[in-house]
Amino acid sequence: MSVQTVVGDVLLGLGVLLMVTAGIGLVRLPDVYTRTNAVAKAGGLGLVLVLLGVVVLDPGPTAVVVLLLAAALQLFTVPIAGFEIGQAARLSRAPFASGTRQPDLPDGEPGRGDDGDR
Amino acid sequence: MIVQQTVLDVALVLLALCLVVAAVRAVVGPTDADRVLAVDFGFLVTLCAVALLAVRLGTPALLDLVLIGTLVGFLATVALARLVARRGR
Repeated sequence: MSVQTVVGDVLLGLGVLLMVTAGIGLVRLPDVYTRTNAVAKAGGLGLVLVLLGVVVLDPGPTAVVVLLLAAALQLFTVPIAGFEIGQAARLSRAPFASGTRQPDLPDGEPGRGDDGDR
Repeated sequence: MIVQQTVLDVALVLLALCLVVAAVRAVVGPTDADRVLAVDFGFLVTLCAVALLAVRLGTPALLDLVLIGTLVGFLATVALARLVARRGR
């Protein structure tokens, strides 16, 4: 077991554990908005950590470039996807969990940042 | 070497469980946004599994699939989310 293998395995393990955390959140959390939170943060970071682990374990010249590019793209696109899903849930009037203190807007009123292409 | 392969196999099994969870949420999910979210998560898990398989099987060609899948998955999620938002009106 070289240092490289250990570091790669630790990164892989952390990433997979984060994915499992996102899965648990997807099952257990009470409404769409909180589940979006779980997937966008834990899922995105988990995938980035797994990709970094693969970079450490298997550093070919092209593999490093491709994987680092994929990881960077993930860091940018996963939060945007999570935001889009949350906005879609709000616009389709998905119900809030019963413990929500302040449902954000009166019913049917589109929020700010929603004035574009629809 | 055996230890390394065992680590990768355990990680793949955990990812398979995540995929089952995503499938359950896509079937059950009370709202359409839940289903889009489950599909998005399933795609993330699949990309993870492909990256792990590239190491496990020693085929670096699979890594290109990860890069393409990143972009396609993002576009699919955004398109589905807009579909859900439009239908809610």
